[in-house]
Amino acid sequence: MDIVLIEKSILVVIIFAISLGIAAYSTYFERKFAGFFQDRVGPNNAGPFGILQPLADGAKLFTKEEFIPTNANTFLFILGPSLAMLTACMTSAVIPWGGTLEVAGRTISLQVADLSVGILYVFGVVSLGVYGIMIGGWSSNNKYSLLGAIRAASQNISYEIAMGLSIIALLMVASDGTLSISNIVNFQINNYWLIVYQPLGFLIFMICSFAETNRTPFDLPECEAELVGGYHTEYSSMKLGLYLFAEYVNMFISSAVMATLYFGGYDVPFLADFEASLGHNLVTILGTLFFFGKIMLFIFFFMWVRWTIPRFRYDQLMKLGWQVLIPLSIINIVLTGLVLTFVK
Amino acid sequence: MQQDTQLTEGIDKDLIVGEPEVEYTTLNLGPTHPATHGIFQNILKMDGEKIISSEQTVGYIHRAFEKIAEHRPFYQITTLTDRLNYCSSPINNMGWHMTVEKLLNIEIPKRVQYMRVVIMELSRIADHIICNSVLGVDTGALTGFLYVFQEREKIYDIFEQICGARLTTNIGRVGGFEREWPEKVFQLIEKFLKEFPKVWKEFEGLLTRNRIFMDRTIGVGGISAERALSYGFTGPNLRATGVDYDVRVMSPYSSYEEFTFDIPVGENGDTYDRFMVLNGEIWESLKIIRQALDKIKQEPAGVYRADAPNVVLPNKKEVYNNMEALIYHFKIVMGEIDAPVGEVYHAVEGGNGELGFYLVSDGGRTPYRLHFRRPCFIYYQAYPEMISGSLLSDAVVTMSSLNVIAGELDA
Repeated sequence: MDIVLIEKSILVVIIFAISLGIAAYSTYFERKFAGFFQDRVGPNNAGPFGILQPLADGAKLFTKEEFIPTNANTFLFILGPSLAMLTACMTSAVIPWGGTLEVAGRTISLQVADLSVGILYVFGVVSLGVYGIMIGGWSSNNKYSLLGAIRAASQNISYEIAMGLSIIALLMVASDGTLSISNIVNFQINNYWLIVYQPLGFLIFMICSFAETNRTPFDLPECEAELVGGYHTEYSSMKLGLYLFAEYVNMFISSAVMATLYFGGYDVPFLADFEASLGHNLVTILGTLFFFGKIMLFIFFFMWVRWTIPRFRYDQLMKLGWQVLIPLSIINIVLTGLVLTFVK
Repeated sequence: MQQDTQLTEGIDKDLIVGEPEVEYTTLNLGPTHPATHGIFQNILKMDGEKIISSEQTVGYIHRAFEKIAEHRPFYQITTLTDRLNYCSSPINNMGWHMTVEKLLNIEIPKRVQYMRVVIMELSRIADHIICNSVLGVDTGALTGFLYVFQEREKIYDIFEQICGARLTTNIGRVGGFEREWPEKVFQLIEKFLKEFPKVWKEFEGLLTRNRIFMDRTIGVGGISAERALSYGFTGPNLRATGVDYDVRVMSPYSSYEEFTFDIPVGENGDTYDRFMVLNGEIWESLKIIRQALDKIKQEPAGVYRADAPNVVLPNKKEVYNNMEALIYHFKIVMGEIDAPVGEVYHAVEGGNGELGFYLVSDGGRTPYRLHFRRPCFIYYQAYPEMISGSLLSDAVVTMSSLNVIAGELDA
């Protein structure tokens, strides 16, 4: 019992460190990619190729003056970014980062918690994330922040519906009766990846992921041209940093969820054939590395979209959510049901 | 109003008793807000995201140019015009020179007129680059802006070769230019004409048929041709409504009548039409520059100013070596030469509309009264009407596409 606890603690620390590290370096890569897309250099002064830029940014944000507006609700004002960061980090607990490792005769799963309600847990935590934005925007006592918070809340709630519906169709194909995520990955290891069974579902899920993470073209809660800074207009120093950072953690987690649910997670075709020659542990580690490769591809896609296309207007965004994505995902469920009934 | 009727559609009218209870918010869009690209205030009365009505405040950077001009000799007023629409200063400079020349009745050589056309069309392109790419930024697409901003720098390089300045150019003099253009200028223009179309095509490709961009701009901030005319709209904003009024064609100046070009017009007068009209004008400007360069080659080389020594400042070299030049230089600078009594109005097609100069002279070295007809000032009056009933995002996009420049608005 104790040794399991130690194992899990180590795993939690590692995963936490990796997700924060990737999120930090996403900011660097975002700026580098933005530079690449826009014919410029991007950050290049802090360290070789500017790779110390995230650290420099962090140090800068930490040493900035703490400023809380006079008429803001101090408690909620501080709670907002904390909540955003907390919920962003919680999702990583149920994602299977790899297969199993065999160390000193023990089999260690690279998943912190294999909950039977894994997918529901992800949804629950992601839904909580909007509270961070709402509380922060409302407690700032600024009309721009409030508008940003309202936009964020309605946007997240609307897109969660379509997201959930697209997952239902996925579960109809892959589930064995539980909502465990490792079970879905196992299904994909034994069959094709779920993108093959659920192309439409994946499209809906991906669009909703963009909306859930407040990324362009759904970055209305913080669109600079209209709302100055959106919900974080009044924030400064590390509290602003936490908001910005939470966005990148969210992006990382969303990419991980997409890779897990639709692209086989840590599954790599034909890698299992080499298990005899390479050894079990090496294959597991390779699988995990491939998983991170898939995540990186999605993160790159997030950034690519951000620096290419304009953003929606508030009403168009709602229209897309309610009048296009939700009906589409319902059609997807019906189609999946029909195919399952008649083809099997 | 339209939306209000939609809300109650299908509901039994008898069931509605009294007015629905609504609470409006006041939102200050400006004076300093990233969307205003300058300093002007909009006090919006909002119902959620919807703008019910709005009130505009101008004058945050009013610098009393018209009054200052009354105390300055004509050749010193050029620098004031720089600071009107600072996105296309050379057009303002040229407009002012032509106004003074009209008052003084100076004949300008053809070559100088064509050179002026080149300058004006280049700065029109620079102006439209800003307006259209910033519209992209305001809809959330930053990348296109950076692509074309580089090209604007190349136009400024050309200006720098001619007059030494980039943004507030003070380019040219009353009667022509201060010196002959260096050969480098023509090379740079040729290079620009060759390279720019490719970049601009790329930019257009990013936005013109982008579904999100079209949704954001079509039917947004529209104004009818009738309303636009009654407000006194000119330039691209009027042409977007379908009226083909262009000062360059209606009352040609600087030999514009010798050039062949089309006037792009829109249909609905909305943001997308304004965007497309500006895009079209850039292509027409390129055509005009090409024609003007050909015409310059046919004119006798080395002519860069009018032969009117009593008003045109002589070359520095001549001032030092030539008695007459020294005398004229002294007389012009010290204000010994009186302008004729009279009043003139001269208008040029500025970057964003008809830029007019109304000049009254009572003799003497300074204007008695000078009025700038500033198109921005007129557009901004129509702004409340154009945004009422629309969403906050529409207001930002509309302002951006109207090309309202704070410097020109407040003079």
